[in-house]
Amino acid sequence: MGYVLDFGWLDDAITLIASGAAMTIFLIAVSAVAGIVLSVLGAAGRRSRCALLRRAIAGYVELIRNTPFLVQLFFIFFGLPSLGIRLDPVVAAILAMTLNMTAYTTEIVGAGLDAVPKGQREAALALGLQPRLVFIKIVLPQALKVIFPALTSQIVIMMLESAVVSQIAVRELTYEADLLQARTFRAFETYFIITLVYLAMSIGLRRLLVAGGNRFLAGGVS
Amino acid sequence: MIEFTLWDIIRNLLLAARWTILLSAVAFAGGTIVGLLILFMRISKRRWVQRFAEYYIGLFQGTPLLMQLFLLFFGLPLLGFRIEPWTAAVLGLTLCASAFLAEIWRGGVQAVPLGQWDAGSSLGLHYLSQLRLIILPQAFAMTRAPTVGFLVQLIKSTALTSIIGFEELVRTSNAINNATFEPFKVYGFVALIYFALCFPLTRYAKMLELRALKH
Repeated sequence: MGYVLDFGWLDDAITLIASGAAMTIFLIAVSAVAGIVLSVLGAAGRRSRCALLRRAIAGYVELIRNTPFLVQLFFIFFGLPSLGIRLDPVVAAILAMTLNMTAYTTEIVGAGLDAVPKGQREAALALGLQPRLVFIKIVLPQALKVIFPALTSQIVIMMLESAVVSQIAVRELTYEADLLQARTFRAFETYFIITLVYLAMSIGLRRLLVAGGNRFLAGGVS
Repeated sequence: MIEFTLWDIIRNLLLAARWTILLSAVAFAGGTIVGLLILFMRISKRRWVQRFAEYYIGLFQGTPLLMQLFLLFFGLPLLGFRIEPWTAAVLGLTLCASAFLAEIWRGGVQAVPLGQWDAGSSLGLHYLSQLRLIILPQAFAMTRAPTVGFLVQLIKSTALTSIIGFEELVRTSNAINNATFEPFKVYGFVALIYFALCFPLTRYAKMLELRALKH
């Protein structure tokens, strides 16, 4: 007997899928912004004069980059409560995603900072700008322009990886898919549709970021 | 009730890590073979073949690995294949790895100067011999660092197969955690094991990268 694909359940499921997708977008939006801000600090700290700080940031980056996101998530959600830190699933997910994101983007931002010619900094200092302003107004915008494609890819990768947070019962897209297939017994069709939603979201997110980058970075950020 | 000593926890985790290593190795080998096929299609002169490879790569890079695993795990039985977590895990990781590796190597092939192709054909080599003798060795030499980097990513990705029920490191750690109620210790050790597997490879990739910069 052949199996007949059935998408009849889809009408009732649209709202659930939409709310799951909204949660996924919320998670990636918060952790991308937080991750990039933290990684600017991280990359700056990695180039600071304090050896201890440099060492600590390097250790953090290596630790996160060499362990699976799923394990980091479980460690934060299941492990931290034994230290008395009890987190809501959504908070744990955002924390794990931000920590993961920051480790990767610290490297990316660092590469961008190194790519800005030294003369730019010297010229700005010679004009009498404060060192902090030199960093924010001169070095950082140029660095961001260089690393923008890499940042975009990293954000998209993180969004795809966020499917894993369904495992700690955050009600995002994959979690809704799990619920739907348990109710309809149409596992293949459900995951097929959800995969298409993810594909559309990753293409859309990439387009959006590239368009935004062109708009806001082309003329310089200041 | 069975008491779990610290040594029991570590021993069981290390035993489970064998499956993580085996799965990574099989998926990397499979991914290399399928990835080469995709690479040939991606650099083919026929437009539609090239287009197919492009979509293949885009599909695997644009969807979560977890969804790919679910689709295989629930989809293949519909086509009449009996499927176990191991088969779905190997197949899913192989296909995903093939897409990423093909894209990495394509970068290498495109970085080989066009004159190398011309030199090959002027020596009377036909297309496949040009690829095998001239282009691919150079392309692989250039992409060694990202390839090792991807292997690290692949090892970490095997953690996801725990969700479709494959008994590797993470799934075993979930079971141990349920028996011992010591998540901090258990997941801490799991993270250390992954770190011990991945960190040397990361270092190796970094070394290859620096060496490539010097030449």
